[in-house]
Amino acid sequence: MTTTDPYAGSRETTEGRVYTVTGGDWDLTFGSDPLAEERLVVNMGPQHPSTHGVLRLVLDLEGETVTKARVVIGYLHTGIEKNTEYRTWTQGTTFVTRMDYLAPLFNETAYCLAVEKLLGIEVPERATTIRVLVMELNRIASHLVGLATFGMEMGALTGMTNGFRERELVLDLLEEITGLRMNHAYVRPGGLAQDLPDGVEAKIREFLTVMPERVAGFHRLLTGQPIWQRRLRDVGYLDVTGCLALGVTGPILRSAGLPWDLRKVEPYCGYETYDFEVPTADTSDAWGRYLVRMAEVNESLKIVEQALDRLRPGPVMVEDKKIAWPAQLSLGADGMGNSLDHVKHIMGQSMEALIHHFKLVTEGFRVPAGQVYQAIESPRGELGFHVVSDGGTRPFRVHVRDPSFTNLQATAAMSEGGMIADVIAAIASIDPVMGGVDR
Amino acid sequence: MTGFRTGAFGVSGSGDTSGFGGLVRVEPGGAVALHSTERPYGGWFDEVTDALVDAVGQATYDAAVPRVLVDRGEITYFVEREHLLALVQALRDDDALRFELCSSVSGVDYLDAGGPAGKRLHVVYHLTSMTYRRRVRLEVAVTAEDPHVPSVTRVYPTADWHEREAFDMFGVVFDGHPALTRILMPDDWDGHPQRKDYPLGGVPVEYHGATIPPPDERRSYR
Repeated sequence: MTTTDPYAGSRETTEGRVYTVTGGDWDLTFGSDPLAEERLVVNMGPQHPSTHGVLRLVLDLEGETVTKARVVIGYLHTGIEKNTEYRTWTQGTTFVTRMDYLAPLFNETAYCLAVEKLLGIEVPERATTIRVLVMELNRIASHLVGLATFGMEMGALTGMTNGFRERELVLDLLEEITGLRMNHAYVRPGGLAQDLPDGVEAKIREFLTVMPERVAGFHRLLTGQPIWQRRLRDVGYLDVTGCLALGVTGPILRSAGLPWDLRKVEPYCGYETYDFEVPTADTSDAWGRYLVRMAEVNESLKIVEQALDRLRPGPVMVEDKKIAWPAQLSLGADGMGNSLDHVKHIMGQSMEALIHHFKLVTEGFRVPAGQVYQAIESPRGELGFHVVSDGGTRPFRVHVRDPSFTNLQATAAMSEGGMIADVIAAIASIDPVMGGVDR
Repeated sequence: MTGFRTGAFGVSGSGDTSGFGGLVRVEPGGAVALHSTERPYGGWFDEVTDALVDAVGQATYDAAVPRVLVDRGEITYFVEREHLLALVQALRDDDALRFELCSSVSGVDYLDAGGPAGKRLHVVYHLTSMTYRRRVRLEVAVTAEDPHVPSVTRVYPTADWHEREAFDMFGVVFDGHPALTRILMPDDWDGHPQRKDYPLGGVPVEYHGATIPPPDERRSYR
């Protein structure tokens, strides 16, 4: 029997050997650094209300000060990139939409822009305008969730309920347009799955009249509130140099003062023809990020209105029948997108049309070999698709540069040296979506 | 005759139509177009290439970049791994280049079309110049037997997680990376799932005591 048991020293007495159970082995584990006596390792997550999903944080604490913050991800990995290699190019849309589930339409559009670049095709103007329209609606919804969860994590629960309430307005519109609240698979290579349903433009215009007041209400609720300001100001500091070194883009970079917005600097989908501002802040902290997101909601409303104004009748899918899924699909009374005329044609009139339909839907179309990188400005920053084709009917490789994945690397830089409560504010200000981080 | 197919879509075996059966076909020539674009490349591509030559020297450039491909309005420099660090350092720091942001690092496995000497594993870097609003692509190819590529984390700290992902998914070893560990898959996972010879759904699934075999091993219904 050892006499140097660290947990229980012993001594001989007249009654025999007596053990004194002393408990923890912290000194042995952490050495004799006087500061280390205060060191505490705290595991937050993988499932915790303030970790924005299934994220795990390993925090080294000295008192309430964070000396080291490590981020562990991968809990939501679903192999979407691998899966796309086994599906047709059109089916790829239904996979990528599930990555950053708060910005599905951005995933779809970026993917489709990349595929269209490989194909060398241009989509009809109406399709592009509707893409801009739904993307900006989606940006509003995404920022509202970002602000809502921000509020929840700071303890401002009304912020959460209000944010989710406002988001429902957008989701109702997106459901009306695409048939689904999330994971729309609405944007397809070559255009859109279906045209806008009748009457939805009036509903979007009604939303445009309601929303500014709701944003103002958000400002009244949170912006001027002293507790809110104290929790956010000077917290999660990251300047432009730090952002660029860590590859951070989106509202975080703009909160540091650099007006880098791919819609302006590298326009796609005709964004150069829309009139909108790129909101920035000069505080480089969580407070700046909050203000930038709030301002971006207003800018998105401006873009939605302009997109509505320039909607002209026309096709929403390329003419090429070798790429376009057959039929001008529109949502029927049953919520499905079947065109009865097309069904009549392939089932009753033309065997060749039926074969073509079958081949196109099951086997898919071929995309010339090559690789492209297509980046767009998602609500969280640069969303890039690196798509490789080997000339077949399926993607050879789809890699997604997800902004949440890259931005989350800044957690340590933002929170080390600060208080543990500020870690929550810092991560909330990054607004990561774990579906996008882990893919 | 351009090709010979069996089954509905080249499927053999189980007749599985779930997509798990390895339906990807590699075309002759494949995704690795081995040709090279001749100067002039057009647009700002020549400007960037000249600046890069000035920054690293003609001899180094010739040794480092055996070929350049301009395709679909994007330029790709195929880089030898020994010279990768010198190149990215110049691309980031030279006044005429200024690629401040490393947007993305991704792996691609060209299993059958591995090109010369079977360099099937490619690491693709997308660099962005915010000053000049330009993007370039660097591509480094290595074999699966010697999958070593120098880490660019000292130049671009953002590459940290990207390289960990490429290691996790493709087994590319980034020498000099501060902590090259798996990032998305569990620490004790075997293999590198996004390699082309790693099957999709290739592991049996256990659920409530029953074991469901991977799709390609299930019974055939034909």
